[in-house]
Amino acid sequence: MSFHPQMEYAPAQFHRSQRKLADEGPPFAYTPDNQAKFDENVTRYPADQRKSAILFALYLAQGQQGYITGNAMTFVAGQIGCSRADVEDVVSYYTMFYTKPVGKRVLNVCRTLSCALLGAERVTEALSAKLGIKPGQTTPDGEFTLIEVECLGACDRAPVVMVNDDWHERLAPEQAGQFIDDLKARGAAAFTGCHLKVET
Amino acid sequence: MAFEPVLTSFVREPNAYTLDFYLQRARGYEGLRKALTLQPNDLIEMVKASGLRGRGGAGFPTGLKWQFVDKKTEPRYIACNADESEPGTFKDHVLMERNPHLLIEGCVISCYAIGAKVAYIYIRGEFFHVQQILEAEIEKAYKAGFLGKNILGSGFDCDVYVHRGAGAYEAGEETALIESLEGKRAQPRIKPPFPAVAGLYQKPTAVNNVETLCNVPPIVLNGPEWFAGMGPEKNGGPKLFCISGHVKRPGVYEASMHTTLRELIYGEPFAQGMAGGKKFKAIIPGGSSVPLLLDEQLDTPASFDGVQKAGSLLGSAGLIVLDETVCMVWLAMNLLHFYRHESCGKCTPCREGGNWLYQLLQRVEAGEGRMKDIDLLFGVANNIVGKTLCAFGDAAATPVLTTLKLFRHEFEAHVKEGRCTLPSEWRAKHPVLAGHH
Repeated sequence: MSFHPQMEYAPAQFHRSQRKLADEGPPFAYTPDNQAKFDENVTRYPADQRKSAILFALYLAQGQQGYITGNAMTFVAGQIGCSRADVEDVVSYYTMFYTKPVGKRVLNVCRTLSCALLGAERVTEALSAKLGIKPGQTTPDGEFTLIEVECLGACDRAPVVMVNDDWHERLAPEQAGQFIDDLKARGAAAFTGCHLKVET
Repeated sequence: MAFEPVLTSFVREPNAYTLDFYLQRARGYEGLRKALTLQPNDLIEMVKASGLRGRGGAGFPTGLKWQFVDKKTEPRYIACNADESEPGTFKDHVLMERNPHLLIEGCVISCYAIGAKVAYIYIRGEFFHVQQILEAEIEKAYKAGFLGKNILGSGFDCDVYVHRGAGAYEAGEETALIESLEGKRAQPRIKPPFPAVAGLYQKPTAVNNVETLCNVPPIVLNGPEWFAGMGPEKNGGPKLFCISGHVKRPGVYEASMHTTLRELIYGEPFAQGMAGGKKFKAIIPGGSSVPLLLDEQLDTPASFDGVQKAGSLLGSAGLIVLDETVCMVWLAMNLLHFYRHESCGKCTPCREGGNWLYQLLQRVEAGEGRMKDIDLLFGVANNIVGKTLCAFGDAAATPVLTTLKLFRHEFEAHVKEGRCTLPSEWRAKHPVLAGHH
């Protein structure tokens, strides 16, 4: 992918601009509950600035369906009053929107410096070995997706793993396998949560 | 005189985040009560006199920022930057989670000062657990009359909304944050016009960091002299330091900017020294985007000006401490992976240059580099600096330039020996699997 005159061509690598967008998927519309949430959220912005609610609208769609399909984008475009291309523009930019199906639990392992210094790379390896998948993949049973993400903003509690919207902190590489078992057995109870919350 | 924490006095106490606690124990909303009796202009003058500097990274005087806001155009906005994404920084996380009402109060006072009626708190998408706390507490503030119409009978109306981002480091740049608030990709705008003139929806906007806004209520309550007197000249007030990496006790510590970097790393009330009996190698003093400092530079005060004098920047005060087991080529590679991934793609030097740097570093780290790669790294990095719309380009080039400047011998050793010379045990055993896709 390199076009630098002094550098040899490296094997093609993952790059944002090469992302393929979603297939159309099944027909999509908000549940009445989500529709009400959207209608409330949109009032937070000036009447002529409905587009500000686009991230919220996409989160609702993703929450409802697990990932964002072409039909969901068309639906959101209709709700916002913008073009489908505008929605694709946003979806393809932000890393927290999935355009492909993901597992029930998405393991986001922080890989940036502070977490890496305390073994985040080895946490990824341990999780990868335990689940039998590489980062970016989903287990065949659809339970887990493993993703490496950049700094999550809790560097004092490194290494941090975000599972969907929940946090698990100070996960040592040696505990990673057990963490998966624990997660399967106890669900959300397995999370440490934010350590500051523990006291209350 | 011992330093009394201002922003984080109660964060470790149970229920510190609740409205009742804030009102009973932390003189909650007294600053707002006082601010509403003052003229907005006097408030701006007060913040100017306090010397409060933006805590997000640039250290720009907050009072000036507010003064520049165009007061002739309606409506005006406050955008609170809670997109805390700089590697090594986690102070706003703690503030919003444990002291959300301080931020809410700061938002309302700031709105009153610049004549805005709405503040948007742009929080990063990953902080969903923080957002839930923040929104629940905002709800309570509305019920108690600290937000909404006719606040405390003053006739002033103000709304505070939380806006959730969706995973973009670049949204922390003020114009990119505004773009993201408008429902677009978080890419920076060409400046001028500055947000103070044409920001959110092309209206005058002040973009302030969470910690900055949290400092406003105490300034109103205790006066600008109290604030300015708390630190070195032009570096007044309490400051939150985020210490992470190879230290015994990583965490967020509040101190005055008289405190030296060495005290922060080794001091008993702070990080208590290096973990595991290892030796100190270097520190990144202000989030991943700033140059490294070595042991002999640690006696500098951790203030905006002090750290700058030592050759680095205080930035967001994210101190990442590195011990002797850290390979500097690996460090640059890890950070360039971050910058390559997070570049918004608008400016070519940053979008393409970041990727080149990462590939070159990968090659050197894998032991397949050539001597001329080291000069090439230097050349590419220098062609990014100063050639992009926002500071991201400079930030991306910095890890390469600073490691090359201070640890060039490590790069050369990698090339000569054809392998990583410091493959620490905490790193991936199979680099192909972890991190280098």
